[in-house]
Amino acid sequence: MTTRPVAFYQVGTFAVGNRLLGAEADTVQADAERTNSITSGHRACQGCGEALGARYVLDAAMRATEGSMVAVNATGCLEVFSTPYPESSWRVPWLHSLFGNAPAVAAGVAAALKVKGRAEVRVVGQAGDGGAVDIGFGCLSGMFERNDDVLFVCYDNQGYMNTGVQRSGATPPAARTATTPVVGDAPGNVFGQGKSAPLIAMAHEIPYVATATVADLRDLEAKVTRAMAMRGARYLHVLVPCPLGWGTAACDTIRVARLATESGFFPVFEAEHGEVVAVSPIRRQVPVVDYLRLQARFAHLFSPTVREDVIAAMQARADRNIRRFGLIGGEQ
Amino acid sequence: MRRQLEGSRAVALTVARCRPEVVCAYPISPQTHIVEALAELVRSGELTPCEYLNVESEFAAMSVAIGASAAGARAYTATASQGLLFMAEALYNASGLGLPIVMTVANRAIGAPINIWNDHSDAMSQRDSGWIQLYAQSNQEAADLHILGFRLAEQLSTPVMVCMDGFVLTHAVEEVELAEPSQVDAYLPPYQPRQVLDPAHPVSIGAMVGPEAFLEVRYLAHRTQLRALEVIPALAAEFGEVFGRPGPSLVSPYRTEDADLVVVALGSVLGTVQDLVDELRADGVRIGALGITAFRPFPVAAVRAALSYGQRLVVLERAFSVGGGGIVTPDVNAAVSGMDCPLTTVVAGLGGRPVTRASLRRLLADLPTDPLVFLDLDEAVVARELARTGGVS
Repeated sequence: MTTRPVAFYQVGTFAVGNRLLGAEADTVQADAERTNSITSGHRACQGCGEALGARYVLDAAMRATEGSMVAVNATGCLEVFSTPYPESSWRVPWLHSLFGNAPAVAAGVAAALKVKGRAEVRVVGQAGDGGAVDIGFGCLSGMFERNDDVLFVCYDNQGYMNTGVQRSGATPPAARTATTPVVGDAPGNVFGQGKSAPLIAMAHEIPYVATATVADLRDLEAKVTRAMAMRGARYLHVLVPCPLGWGTAACDTIRVARLATESGFFPVFEAEHGEVVAVSPIRRQVPVVDYLRLQARFAHLFSPTVREDVIAAMQARADRNIRRFGLIGGEQ
Repeated sequence: MRRQLEGSRAVALTVARCRPEVVCAYPISPQTHIVEALAELVRSGELTPCEYLNVESEFAAMSVAIGASAAGARAYTATASQGLLFMAEALYNASGLGLPIVMTVANRAIGAPINIWNDHSDAMSQRDSGWIQLYAQSNQEAADLHILGFRLAEQLSTPVMVCMDGFVLTHAVEEVELAEPSQVDAYLPPYQPRQVLDPAHPVSIGAMVGPEAFLEVRYLAHRTQLRALEVIPALAAEFGEVFGRPGPSLVSPYRTEDADLVVVALGSVLGTVQDLVDELRADGVRIGALGITAFRPFPVAAVRAALSYGQRLVVLERAFSVGGGGIVTPDVNAAVSGMDCPLTTVVAGLGGRPVTRASLRRLLADLPTDPLVFLDLDEAVVARELARTGGVS
């Protein structure tokens, strides 16, 4: 089957329209033979960043492995909206066990494939930030330190969205969630808490750690492709805005993800064996306030009074990321 | 070949001959010697092909086994006590997904107070987890139950827990007839999963099931367990043919036929009970013992068949439902329904306290009327504590 030319615009970016590039530069999604690993008809919300991210990640992994792949899923939105019995959106072999054990289950699948002499079948584990950063973190760290042959993907929407938007260890400061309500002098999530799972992953000195967002899907595909060319434990942390939990318009998912990176609030980088090897530079820096203003979870920073102090603290976080990762004017 | 072996080593050598393809290990006493021995067998190449994973918790151990089993590998792990509780969530998941994992539980008490010694609190707490539970009386039976366990698990596509008393069996050296590899190979064919994660035939395993089908899933799991009551005797008969010694049975009656009194128990304490039966029989007391090997599924018909109308029953419980009573007792009561068997529950040997012939003999000589008795309870300690705290007795 020949590749059908597909019009694919990335509105508002500096990217060249795909039609102007050669076929070798086509995205996986632009390929008429893409696998549709997670097919349409599932029950994700309109504008769901996780559904978008998962489709790109798995289709890219399927292409990289020539269709020889098994997916393991933690409990969470992605699992719930894709497999309400007797329906399933998965067109890849897919296993869901529990909320907190997906990395260990994936490690078990990889071990079985190895012992069966089928190491050409690759394993991708998936979880939200709750499943990866919080409840599954022990299993994730174990999978990392054993260097199990798994690409583990965290779709980070910065909270427990499936259970009704509660705070996770990946929720940013000041964000309103159901368990960090807008009450009191320091409304929303507390400053000085939370963790960076990608940096902790790097501390395991595993072969590959990368961050990505659904704003740069070509970059996301490239990182999956890169990861699947390697063996051992690999970790991909993808920022996936959640219209429900973030209080954003469904049409703004890509936009808000882009503002997260262009403000420096979410650094996009790659690391190998514990060292950063590449960063995605900020091409047109925006103030953090532009990122915050789109999201109802930060509405209390703007009304009834503008909380300049909190916004400044948020800007300081972004500035620190920019310095730390050399996101502006650094060596690329 | 008969050899003097530590129970853990006998189990490890037997498990290795069952050719597990993925073994996950996390240390907890008194199970540790089993996974240590398996590590050595894998490293030395005696057990190959096998992936041996040192995991970071029991929860991960069971989770790795779940992934491995779903991907078509024969998976094994071992645990005890707190470790079994830590993997509790994954136990229900393994049985719900119908994955034929085999696990040794070196039975141990649960804290607090922390206690490493033997009782059945750990496995009994997972009574309803959907796992088949088989209790070994001796190291020979522990070894044999693993061979039968793998076959049973894979035939029914359901997980099997082999329970052996911590320290009392795991650390005891006694003579064991080790199964020859050729015999095990003849008895236990390679694992053929019912469904498997395979890119050539993608399946979704672990979907979300709502009210419309959940009851049916649970009911079918129950049916599967009940089938084990027919399958175990058949597998035991075949075991006898292949290995030249009797295979494990659902229950094991001992001198029960004309008995006025029968002591019902699980596990290694049956050795003590049988010795006591012999002693009392010599004194003219008509007493017998009934060992229960399969606790889940509970062999109602076999228990009923082994007992007689009007027999006095003593159920020796190595675990205890605080605020309730015995855990095996309700099952025995249900089995003898309508048989007019007066029953006394005796809670004994918690946290490794020895269950001695002398104590049992004293108890049986003058069986209290109270339906719930605590063997060798130190009344002075209890009275002192109640007085100190002003508690009510």
